[in-house]
Amino acid sequence: MEFLLSIIESVTMFLLVDLSPYLKVFLITNFLMVMVMVLTLLERRISAWIQDRHGPNRVGPGGILQPIADGIKHFIKEDIIPGHVDRFLYILAPMVAMIPALVTFAVIPFGDQMTIPIYDELVTFKFQIADLNVGILYIVGVASLGVYGLIVGGFASNNKYSMLGGLRSSAQMISYELPMGLAIVAVVLLAGSLRLNDIVVDQSSFLHWNVFRQPLGFILFVVAVFAETNRLPFDLPEAEQELVGGYHTEYSSMKFSAFMIAEYTHMITAAALISTLYLGGWQVPGLASLGLPIVAEQLLQILAFAAKTGFFLLVFIWVRWTLPRFRYDQLMNIGWRKMLPLGLLNIIVTAAFVAFV
Amino acid sequence: MGTLSIPLHYFLILAAVLFGLGVIGVITRRNAIVIFMSIELMLNAVNLTFVAFSNYLNNVEGHIFVFMVMVVAAAEVAVGLAIIVAIFRLRETVHVDDIRLLKW
Amino acid sequence: MAIEEILFWFFAVAAVAGGLGVVLHPNPIKSALFLVMTFFALAGEYILLMGHFVAIVHIAVYAGAIMVLFLFVIMLLNVPEETRQGGVWGAMRYVALGLFVFLSFQLSYFGFQDFFGDKQQLVKETEIGTVESIGMSLFSEYVLPFEIASILLITAMVGAIYLSKSKLIIEESKKKKAVEKEDH
Repeated sequence: MEFLLSIIESVTMFLLVDLSPYLKVFLITNFLMVMVMVLTLLERRISAWIQDRHGPNRVGPGGILQPIADGIKHFIKEDIIPGHVDRFLYILAPMVAMIPALVTFAVIPFGDQMTIPIYDELVTFKFQIADLNVGILYIVGVASLGVYGLIVGGFASNNKYSMLGGLRSSAQMISYELPMGLAIVAVVLLAGSLRLNDIVVDQSSFLHWNVFRQPLGFILFVVAVFAETNRLPFDLPEAEQELVGGYHTEYSSMKFSAFMIAEYTHMITAAALISTLYLGGWQVPGLASLGLPIVAEQLLQILAFAAKTGFFLLVFIWVRWTLPRFRYDQLMNIGWRKMLPLGLLNIIVTAAFVAFV
Repeated sequence: MGTLSIPLHYFLILAAVLFGLGVIGVITRRNAIVIFMSIELMLNAVNLTFVAFSNYLNNVEGHIFVFMVMVVAAAEVAVGLAIIVAIFRLRETVHVDDIRLLKW
Repeated sequence: MAIEEILFWFFAVAAVAGGLGVVLHPNPIKSALFLVMTFFALAGEYILLMGHFVAIVHIAVYAGAIMVLFLFVIMLLNVPEETRQGGVWGAMRYVALGLFVFLSFQLSYFGFQDFFGDKQQLVKETEIGTVESIGMSLFSEYVLPFEIASILLITAMVGAIYLSKSKLIIEESKKKKAVEKEDH
């Protein structure tokens, strides 16, 4: 009997300690994929609700199985590779589009560190895949790679609309990376660390949330993130009324689907990033005074993070079905003439605040 | 503190090979943009030696130099591409053999 | 074979293959994509050398900004593929190959001769490449070069904007287009 217990003990320890990084990667990737499914349904239902229509409601109760039906449809459709495309790059592009969207999530903390005793041993759980000391630079670096999928797809398709989509996306991404980076610099100045967990810990009380300390930076960051994820009002690379489908005009079947999944994953990552940097991440105001057991506290914090992220996802959908698309010169005008000076002003004010107050 | 099982000269030879490729690119290619990219390749080969020596000598200055090289590269690319676009507007070519008005 | 060695060889082969692609591929867009591959491989080498900050900044600056700018300009200008020259000049590429081998050998042998041999040890873990140490020395000992670098960047920005907004160039190109229209 004791022998059996010791085996169980070593197996649990192995699962919880040695396997936990891989487990986290597996769980988060799959969670993201499931969330993408939910989001596609939500987008269609909410858009229908905003436009006073019904939306998809035939598959399953209330249309809940619609994403699965969509997935099956995409899987069994013919995978067309047009004759005039650059074959290798054409196949590469959807993969390149998906990778940056997925790997950004590796450094986002979705819960506090937790140390609990299991079998007389203190085990520390980090609710974050990789705790990099340059975490936020990593995000800036990886976020700027998202454009390659679009450029490569646009070029490989060998189609004038795709080409224009790729061209537009490259200019747009470079322009809006700057205000995003400037907004992040102000946050880093306040937290004094590039580690994302430190930035979250820095926003411990409700009034210390960066959205209250950095209102201008928050607005700049949200607008820049909308442009980086190619969502309306900045979806010029795929503007269907002007460019048919932009960079994914020539794509069909699962390759098209991969582009869509990448777009929605980008959205989730962006929403998680906004809540990490500006809304206190996993922080729940006044949680410590409740005196809950540590596991319950942890659970509440993860739920709070999920709720904040979910709220921003709804904002993404809401904005898409409310605002019209910008013209291209308007987009450049906002990026370079309004957001860049405002971002610099924000940094100067924040630096003065940090230095003198 | 463990030691890396790769000796220093591996990195140096890799950097030398990349630098050589960059030089050959500048000499053989006739497209101004590709020549620019070959120059970037050479700058990056030098950056690799800086980082390797920085690790070897336990000195942070190599990283500072890499930082400065990146600044220069960014400035160079911004101005260089602006010049190439301006030339293209006037002559509709980026072929360096066609741009020889001042060459005698 | 230790994991570091495998990674080193993987990244080294990727970097050299990317460099060869840049130099040999006639299509400039493919050349640019090969260069992106080289940059990623070099970032891997930097991480092996514990230069985390440099590696991430390298990705953000080179792959994220500079190469996107290159691709934008290539796609904007619609640069055609380079054609290979025939005859004597076509044979020059073998001369170039010989030159490449000679140059690489020269550089690595005469330049780095003193560092050959397995005695030259690199460390696996070090505090040198961290943001803290680079920031400390950048803002104390090297603050003047840092400020000069910022002036250089602003000058480059002004220069790039001036070149693309230059009235002379715009008028000249308009004149040229008008002449072309008359010709047609």
